[in-house]
Amino acid sequence: MMMHRHRNLLLQMLIAVSTTLLSIACTAQTSSSATASGVSTVAAASDLKFAIEEIAAQFEKKTGHKLRLIFGSSGNFYSQLLQGAPFHLFMSADEVFVFKLAAAKKTIDQGKLYALGRIGLMVPKGSSIKADNQLEGLAAALQSGKIKRFSIANPAHAPYGMRAKEALQHKDLWPQIEPLLVFGENVSQAAQFATSGSTQGGIIAYSLALAPQVARLGDFALIPENWHTPLAQRMVLMRDAPEGARAFYEYLSTPAAQNIMMKYGFAMPRS
Amino acid sequence: MDWQALTLSLKLATVTLAMLLPLGLLLGRWLAYTHFTGKSFVEALVVLPLVLPPTVLGYYLLVSLGAASPLGSTVQDLFGVQLTFSFTGLVIASIIFNIPFMVQPIQRAFEAIPNNLSEAAMVSGLNAWQTFIRVELPLAWPGLLSAMVLTFVHTLGEFGVVLMMGGSIPGETQTIAISIYDRVQAFDLQAADRMALLLLTLSLVAVAASYFAAARVTRRR
Repeated sequence: MMMHRHRNLLLQMLIAVSTTLLSIACTAQTSSSATASGVSTVAAASDLKFAIEEIAAQFEKKTGHKLRLIFGSSGNFYSQLLQGAPFHLFMSADEVFVFKLAAAKKTIDQGKLYALGRIGLMVPKGSSIKADNQLEGLAAALQSGKIKRFSIANPAHAPYGMRAKEALQHKDLWPQIEPLLVFGENVSQAAQFATSGSTQGGIIAYSLALAPQVARLGDFALIPENWHTPLAQRMVLMRDAPEGARAFYEYLSTPAAQNIMMKYGFAMPRS
Repeated sequence: MDWQALTLSLKLATVTLAMLLPLGLLLGRWLAYTHFTGKSFVEALVVLPLVLPPTVLGYYLLVSLGAASPLGSTVQDLFGVQLTFSFTGLVIASIIFNIPFMVQPIQRAFEAIPNNLSEAAMVSGLNAWQTFIRVELPLAWPGLLSAMVLTFVHTLGEFGVVLMMGGSIPGETQTIAISIYDRVQAFDLQAADRMALLLLTLSLVAVAASYFAAARVTRRR
């Protein structure tokens, strides 16, 4: 009886091990076929989240190309691309990263400006801050100590964080607000923090504030564009970009794509 | 629910388990039965991934396996496989950060086997392999089971290392833990909710099952 039970168990373990080994073989096959099929990977700044998803869906329907979209902070994508990340089209929120990649010979050229981004103050429903475009409400709330936490994207690597910092410095609010800041890893996370109710507000991308998912969570006011260096958003193709990525790069300049971009508050660069 | 991420995580956990199990058995048993100077050092190395911040491990893996590193570029030249931002890279990372979860329970299980049992088996004419299969493994299996369960569930849940060297590519490196993070940032709390609940349930069931199995075995003895 004892022996029998043990043998059964051993048999089960052997089966378990051999099935897993089999699955390795399958995995190796599927993962190699995935790369061979030529799916294009687009690494896009997270302010593009809602706009690019809409444009990509349209593009895929029209052309039959498949895209993989990844959203994050432009600075992170830049360092990942330097480390050899397999992204084909890089849509940065700040052209500096594109020029640096071009200098490192990772891209096919200097890329193309595709939009100008804007920032603004977002406050959640029931916040103690009034959202106005001169940030007077924010200054008043700071003075009276009503702000406990305020969110921006991380200025160390996220362009929207850098611009938020510049705008706060322009208004001379930086010294008071700095100790109260929470940093989102990218502007999308900053927006999440700003609307969650656990902060009194934050500075986020206009394009995110216009998305219905975000708009219903609070109030938003655009910050004047001369308060910070322009968010010149530039995109660039990597050297190994497949057909689909190149087609999408071209598609982004068509009126159909630009209309969607403008719907989300992006200004088109004058070319 | 992000099915692609879930499938990817399950695949990663299975592959990790399959590759780490033989290694864990050898290393765990060796550590349980042999005594030598410097053993504490080897044991410390085994536990290291457990106490190391995942970002530290992720950083070193990113730098040492990256396309610019000697190892990364050699492998790329020889096999055409990229080690960072790829499934292969995640498997390597996953094996490393699971070493303590696999080796420790196995080591404890073999340590708990009384010496005289193996001796008796030898005296009865069983060779080392037969002793391993017929005496040691049946006694050590609860430890083995909990090692396998912990490794599997821990792989599903690992976040920091994957974030550092994965790049969140759907179908390639975007595991379910990363997908939850991404969904929250995309204001899709509903999907994040469902996936979080799934991971919670899965973890609870897996750990409970391994405890249940261990308890049954102790009672039978």
